[in-house]
Amino acid sequence: MLDLRIEGESQGHPVLGDIFVSVAPGDHICLLGPSGIGKTSLLNAIAGLDPAISAQAILGREDVRVGYLFQEHRLLPWRTVRQNLALVGASPGEVDTLLTEVGLEGNGDHFPDQLSLGMARRAALARCLAVRPDLLLLDEPFASLDHHRAVELRALIASLLNRHTGMVMICVTHDAEDVGELANRIWYLDGCPAKLQLDDRISDATTAARIVGRLRQSA
Amino acid sequence: MSPPRWTYWIALPVGVLLWAVLAVILDNSLLPSPLNVMGTLIQAAETGELWHHLGVTLRRVLIAFILAMALGTALGVFMGRSRTANALLDPLLVLFLNLPALVTIILLYVWFGLVEAAAIFAVVINKVPNVAVTVREGARSIDPKLEQMAQVYRFTPVQRIAHIWTPQLFPYLMAATRGGLALIWKIVLVVELLGRSDGIGFQLHMAFQVFDVAGILAYSLAFILVVQLIELVLLQPLESRASRWRKIGFGHA
Repeated sequence: MLDLRIEGESQGHPVLGDIFVSVAPGDHICLLGPSGIGKTSLLNAIAGLDPAISAQAILGREDVRVGYLFQEHRLLPWRTVRQNLALVGASPGEVDTLLTEVGLEGNGDHFPDQLSLGMARRAALARCLAVRPDLLLLDEPFASLDHHRAVELRALIASLLNRHTGMVMICVTHDAEDVGELANRIWYLDGCPAKLQLDDRISDATTAARIVGRLRQSA
Repeated sequence: MSPPRWTYWIALPVGVLLWAVLAVILDNSLLPSPLNVMGTLIQAAETGELWHHLGVTLRRVLIAFILAMALGTALGVFMGRSRTANALLDPLLVLFLNLPALVTIILLYVWFGLVEAAAIFAVVINKVPNVAVTVREGARSIDPKLEQMAQVYRFTPVQRIAHIWTPQLFPYLMAATRGGLALIWKIVLVVELLGRSDGIGFQLHMAFQVFDVAGILAYSLAFILVVQLIELVLLQPLESRASRWRKIGFGHA
């Protein structure tokens, strides 16, 4: 169990309001909300990147391992994919396993700029997994990919979630299909300051579609 | 379109040719011919005089260069990363940037005597502000997104310096190195001329006393060759190795 305590309001945070919420191992959360409302700010705060909010207060425990797939790959462009993974602690053997897992076997010695957008994102995903995360944060992982690549990456993430049980995922998205395929819980962030207007467990794809449809209508 | 290779090999030979023609026409020891200068150079090399003074000067350049780069880089990174540090130190930096090299040299010789430490220190003081200004630019342009990444993935300070900061600072460090070598060896000569009894600056001083223009040109030539050698053998290979990742084509696009 992980308690997220973000006291945005009392700390005068420019975007985030008070957000108190617990997540349990195996929670796969899709975080929805209007553009620019603060979804990335919330992910940053949870990752401990917001200087106004102390990381320890958010994660409750300091030993929580976080894997964060940023909107850009943020791999070090002057290091190969293999070196990028090794830098966060993956052994040579683990690097090979991880690259196979994300479908990048044989690309380990490439520099990130030699990879396509989709491949670089998968390399960054491999880096997330390299730290054996308790908490996997994904910031619009399917943005600017064509439909085919997006479907492929979504299937990959779904299979990773199946294999790494107990991992908590929080994924920012706009897409009802993502919710249906990845999430068992849905958060809706809205308002100024931004708060969780909705926190629902969802059991199946139909429920997901219904909730997302309802959110669309009210928005 | 870049001009053909041979265009680089026009200016220097033409210059040397003009010099030779002029030397023959004037026939004056104040303008020795290129051959004359080469002769003087070879003679100085044979007696060992050249190597001794060249070695002494190079040692001073090297020590001053290492100290100036280390101090300047530390100062530049510090000022580039902290606004408070920058506000505190910037006025001093501007002051030292505009302080003539000659003033620093004279003052240090006056205060500490004509000793080696004063000579080296004078060169370092002249160079540190330039390095700091260049590296400060680099430190300011460090990508905050990679800093966030490093924080999430708990990079150690050593990892940050080696894998995130140094690659980003590298072009600035190279610029500081190039400018540094060129500036430092020129200041070292002045320092030697004013207060040391060996080194190329001292030799130039002696040649000046007797209007030995061939000697002056010979020693200058020797040093320019050495600096070019450093550029070709050390700096260019280092640079092309470190920027390997930039040159690789975008295989997938």
